[in-house]
Amino acid sequence: MKQSKPILEVRDLLKTFGAVVAAKDINVDVNRGEIVGIIGANGAGKTCFVNMVTGYLKPTSGSIVFDGIELVGKGPREVTHAGISRSFQVSQVFHTMTVAENLTIALAIATNRGVRALSEMETPELTLQRDAVLKRYQLENYKDMTVNVLSQGVRKLLDIAMAVVSEPRILLLDEPTSGISVEEKFDFMDVVMGALKEDNVTVLFVEHDMEIVERYVSRVLAFYQGEIIADMSPKKALADSKVQEFVIGKRH
Amino acid sequence: MLRDNTSKVVFIGGILIIAFGFFAPNWIVNQLMFGFSRALAILGLLVLWRTGLVSFGHAFYFGLGAYTVAILDIQLGVTDVFLRLFGGACLAGLAGFLVGFIMRNYRDIFFAMLNTAISMVLYGIIVKTESLGSTDGFAISLPTIFGVAPETKYPLFVVITVIAMVSALLVNFYLKTTVGRLTTPIRDNEIRVEYLGFSVAHAIHLKYTMSAILAGGAGALMAMSLGQVDPDSMINWTVSGELVFITILSGPGNVIAPFIGSLVFEVLRTYAFELAPHLWQLIVGGTFLTIIFFLPGGIWSLIVKFGRNKS
Amino acid sequence: METFLTILLDGLQFSSYLFIVSAGLTIIFGVMKILNVCHGSFYAWGAYTSAFFIGKFSEMGMPDGWGFLVILASAIVVGLVLGFLIEQVILKHMYHRDEVLIVLATFGLFLVLEDVILIAFGTDPYFAYQPMALLDSVEMGGIVRDVYGLTLIGVAAMVAIGCWFLLNKTKWGTILKAVIFDREMGIAMGINVPLVYTLTFIGGAILGGLGGAYIAPTISVAPGLGTEVIVLSFAVVVVGGMGSIMGAAIGSLIIGLLRALAVHELPQVELFVVFAVMAVVLVFRPEGLFAPAKPRKI
Repeated sequence: MKQSKPILEVRDLLKTFGAVVAAKDINVDVNRGEIVGIIGANGAGKTCFVNMVTGYLKPTSGSIVFDGIELVGKGPREVTHAGISRSFQVSQVFHTMTVAENLTIALAIATNRGVRALSEMETPELTLQRDAVLKRYQLENYKDMTVNVLSQGVRKLLDIAMAVVSEPRILLLDEPTSGISVEEKFDFMDVVMGALKEDNVTVLFVEHDMEIVERYVSRVLAFYQGEIIADMSPKKALADSKVQEFVIGKRH
Repeated sequence: MLRDNTSKVVFIGGILIIAFGFFAPNWIVNQLMFGFSRALAILGLLVLWRTGLVSFGHAFYFGLGAYTVAILDIQLGVTDVFLRLFGGACLAGLAGFLVGFIMRNYRDIFFAMLNTAISMVLYGIIVKTESLGSTDGFAISLPTIFGVAPETKYPLFVVITVIAMVSALLVNFYLKTTVGRLTTPIRDNEIRVEYLGFSVAHAIHLKYTMSAILAGGAGALMAMSLGQVDPDSMINWTVSGELVFITILSGPGNVIAPFIGSLVFEVLRTYAFELAPHLWQLIVGGTFLTIIFFLPGGIWSLIVKFGRNKS
Repeated sequence: METFLTILLDGLQFSSYLFIVSAGLTIIFGVMKILNVCHGSFYAWGAYTSAFFIGKFSEMGMPDGWGFLVILASAIVVGLVLGFLIEQVILKHMYHRDEVLIVLATFGLFLVLEDVILIAFGTDPYFAYQPMALLDSVEMGGIVRDVYGLTLIGVAAMVAIGCWFLLNKTKWGTILKAVIFDREMGIAMGINVPLVYTLTFIGGAILGGLGGAYIAPTISVAPGLGTEVIVLSFAVVVVGGMGSIMGAAIGSLIIGLLRALAVHELPQVELFVVFAVMAVVLVFRPEGLFAPAKPRKI
């Protein structure tokens, strides 16, 4: 396989809801191993972009090719099977189950595809794998607690851990640090990014916090009114006048 | 958590009950037969209930199973107990599989009501169709077992108990598989299940078809142990209501629960009809409310609590 | 022609009483998101109360015209007492629980109330023909109809107009519509949602009682009459769209006219028709024909 070929190629993506244009002229190539930050004001089309790549929304037109596979027309399940996972702005976990149970079911679904879904779920190997994930995401202390009683930060960690167990090649994180306190955010991101680096995953994440963006990403996509207005390194992006005006909100 | 001894309990319990039935008076054997037959349907509803789905129309499959037995008996002269059971369960299962394509898209009360509608359509057809027995139904001959026509109901009781044991063990295994574990997760968060890579529609379709097969089998066994079928005791919405009632009464905790719940129901009904014939609905309704408010885990949660205190 | 007119009038009368009952059911669902199975009990209690007192008053020698007052009073008393008690004692404690569990609780209540009726009124049927006899009958288009039956259509129309007025022309209607659209938003706007719930449930219960109280003079009031009506009004609100008054009206007309047609032309399919319509509507329009708009929550 050629190393230079991008893992994700997005071409002329358009999404409209009636007269409202949510995304327009989106063209992006993402290379293997990149860590891309997606920034923009509320309603700029960031989550819409994530939803289209992960099959939650169907684009009005355009194409999304992942490692040679066309994703447009595929639903969330097929996108997951293809090798793309995501986490959510508001954590989507099983709130009446414990952290361990959440991870067990996630691992079981990832390993037992097809007819194997009819084999017994809890095997010793699965428990070992689960404990490894608990450790890597520093969730051991919460293992037997029900999600209902956990803080937003722990829920978000679990949300991300569940997305990663299928060993995706691309991971999209929708505002990983929203709902997490200022004191905790760097520790949180260190845990997540450290774990993801081990797995060598390509990461795209939506983020409002410019400190986080500066610290963790290798490239920035800035959205404004459904379009990408900047695609450059974080250092350049933060100094860019358009980005400052439309994304960060500094007046000149 | 208690260690899962379910298979052992089912196995030993079943054998003890079969032995006990040999010495027990007829009316007790009858009660056990009715209870175990109905419990098969409850097993299926338990799987749905865990997923957050309540069907107010499973009398559709119960009735299909029962009427299949009647038609096999009267039109085709089939007497073998296993053929009749197989026929009833298969027809109900096929119907459940087909209806499932529609039903898997519905949740909550829409799921409950669409099931009611379908069962009432069948009820309406049977009540008004002379060749299907109309409101009177049919009498059914006692089945033969391996070609032998038994003189008492005991052999049929043994067959029903064995079928009940096998079904409980199968469902118990199913509940341990990956797809079988997709109950609470689906109730909690369907979007996440899809993003983990499992089709919620497929999972529900499978559960629904299973519940149809089990309800059909239950109806077939009930028809044979009662020796008759009629629309009001097999297909009417009150029958669906009873099935839901027993499900809630039993509790979703374990595959043994439906058997206990069904027996409690039979005993409750027998005594209620003897002691206070006009208060049956009041008793059922009152029990319903009591369970919902004070015992959400049903009878099974009492047994678990008792077991914990002892050990 | 005569047959056609008979079917039309039978259908309209049938639709009318279905609408009165279903309007209550659909309002309760719209505001509280509760599918209230014990609505059938309100109907049955309304019917029994009015039949009982019409009979009593007639025995005491009161003029038959009082019957209409009795009907109205029965509906209001039944709705107030049963509605208030059930909402306060049972439902209030369940709002945080699963929708399906609440349905099951109202089903339990329905069963209990069915037997309480038997204890209170016995198993013998009641006949309260006096208001119907008072109004006599008319000949129209070659057929003879009871005037009382025709007034039922008028009552239904009044209920429809009343609901429309309440929802669209009063402050109360604005509050109700806010809660129907989005409960959380209602709370944020400072609406006293628990009070709205209690009043809505009582209001719905009065409509259920009114359906029973008004129909009582035309039927023999006997055990089990709550069952049929609840099953039919479910079909009505499912077809029309749960929570929509307009839907309840259209649903009642569809179910009422189709059933009248079936009763006259092909009695075998009477029940079949009702549920077949419901199943078809659910399959093609799961939310019903006139489902109210929902807020987007992604």
